[in-house]
Amino acid sequence: MPAITPLLIAQLVIIVVVFHALLLSAAAMVWVERRLAAALQQRLGPIRVGWQGLLQPFADVIKLMFKEELRPKAADALLFALAPVISATCAFAAFAVVPFGGETTLFGLLPEGMRLQVADVNVAALVIFAIASMSVYGIVLAGWSSNSKYSLIGGLRSSAQMISYELSYGMALVSVLLVGNSLSLTDIVNGQAGAWFGVIPKWFVFLQPLGFLIYMTAGVAETNRAPFDFPEAEQELVAGYHTEYSSMSFAMFFLAEYINMVTVSAVATDLFLGGWHGPFLPASLGWIWFLLKVGALLFFYVWMRWTLPRYRYDQLMKFGWKVLLPVSVVNLLVTAAGVLYFGG
Amino acid sequence: MTLFYVFAAVAVLASMLVIAQRNPIYSVLLLIASFGALSGLYVLLDAPFVAVTQIIVYAGAIMVLFLFVVMLLNAPHEDTEFDEHVHPLRRPGAMRLGAVLAAALIAELAWALSRTGAATGGDFQVAGVSSVRAIGRSLFTTYAFPFEVTSVLILVAMVGAVVLARRDSGPSVPPGA
Amino acid sequence: MPTLAHYLVLSAVLFCIGTAGVFVRRNLITILLSIEIMLNAVNLSFVAFGRALGSVDGQIIVFFVMTVAAAEAAVGLAIVIGLFRHRESLNPDTFTSLKW
Repeated sequence: MPAITPLLIAQLVIIVVVFHALLLSAAAMVWVERRLAAALQQRLGPIRVGWQGLLQPFADVIKLMFKEELRPKAADALLFALAPVISATCAFAAFAVVPFGGETTLFGLLPEGMRLQVADVNVAALVIFAIASMSVYGIVLAGWSSNSKYSLIGGLRSSAQMISYELSYGMALVSVLLVGNSLSLTDIVNGQAGAWFGVIPKWFVFLQPLGFLIYMTAGVAETNRAPFDFPEAEQELVAGYHTEYSSMSFAMFFLAEYINMVTVSAVATDLFLGGWHGPFLPASLGWIWFLLKVGALLFFYVWMRWTLPRYRYDQLMKFGWKVLLPVSVVNLLVTAAGVLYFGG
Repeated sequence: MTLFYVFAAVAVLASMLVIAQRNPIYSVLLLIASFGALSGLYVLLDAPFVAVTQIIVYAGAIMVLFLFVVMLLNAPHEDTEFDEHVHPLRRPGAMRLGAVLAAALIAELAWALSRTGAATGGDFQVAGVSSVRAIGRSLFTTYAFPFEVTSVLILVAMVGAVVLARRDSGPSVPPGA
Repeated sequence: MPTLAHYLVLSAVLFCIGTAGVFVRRNLITILLSIEIMLNAVNLSFVAFGRALGSVDGQIIVFFVMTVAAAEAAVGLAIVIGLFRHRESLNPDTFTSLKW
């Protein structure tokens, strides 16, 4: 048994805080999405439940909890129950290695600084990629175990889409790893401290603009969000792989989707936008900058969904394999040449 | 130490269930669990890169391929000329010979390992090499040739898989051309 | 502390389980899965020896074994699909005659 030091307690507190922050961020995203969609479509959206509709997500959750939990008779019971668990677990687990703040002593409570990260792994970037590839199983098992044609087609399409875009995601990630010279996310963020000429921050998005675009595109495709959300398109496939789910299992899938969005934005912030570094604030309060940057990326996510039309499935797969993958490989080659020439 | 036993128990139990399951989808999922346990063992052996690669490649890609094929073929249960209600591991004939051979292999390996003695008995003497940098350096200098050959191998496998799984299409020259 | 012997015994046990699966099961996909178990057992053995000798070569060979396993799984499953399309069965005993 390790000793009960203040550091250990702080680590446990961090775990609890991150878990609840993710849950709250999913709830907040529900509200943000609906209000933002309304604003983009020049209507009001939910404004009645609580002040400005802020309690709307909680009302939704309560409604979902009271719904009856259905299961089709021919569905495979074990897999039907397991699929949303896998989706939600992978969504939460990916955030375990994402650092969201600099060294902090929690206002002097700790004897030494502690980074705001649940687990400091020195192959953190690869762990995120690994967990992203595990989340395919939640969807494919949901599609298969529901024993319904809409679910099966939606599940297979969605998982094929996810594994196709994982390649470009990985290539864009590797390009940033070349520039950042480390696999650990904390080191990559710390490599983005400071500014050129005192004005332009040393973020990797300026060194890797194409990589950032590829990463965000592949991230949107990975999380099955518009314009790549054909597998759960309401018009074409009823609801895709979660057609047969109701009540809390359905809520789990949506929770998983929103948390995946938050994780992709958080990792993009760490890799490309300088993480928690920003002017005017000391490093120990850097998590405020982190939240602002993640919020900006989430705003783009929602904006894209309600502005762009949906890709048809064959257009989506064609884009992933014939456009995004070659572009990401070329980006990797150019980055490698650049790193070699400019000496790292 | 307990962590080693936990991971080892999960790996062995999951593998035994893989070969005992009737439904191939459950076999695939149990094998993924076994891979997860092995990944944990790699972390205990100071090889975090191999652990993560195991999840990415084996559990995340190869098993997805297996799962797709099982779903595509949709043949969930073994059908043999024997009674379908008899569990696969209890059928007579070739099964018994196979089981006997497997048991003989286990016995032989146990005997061989019991004779290794002190060479493998002590704690690890030297420090492990766990940095990805060392792996990369070695991979691209000493093992550069196998690395390139592996990429050709994957290309060949891709082309082969596409050709082998293709349905026989019609005449390649359209009539009248 | 787990010693090299522990890892080798575990690797041997997993290898034997895989071999038993290949011998006993009459479903092509389960046979392929058992082959994957055997390959993983060998990977564990390599990494354990690499750790014991303080060399990075063990991990490099694992890298190659994984790649070869991926290629083999892909081609093997393609063959299984071809066979299934022809005879509608995944039992290797239905493919005992040389005639297609």
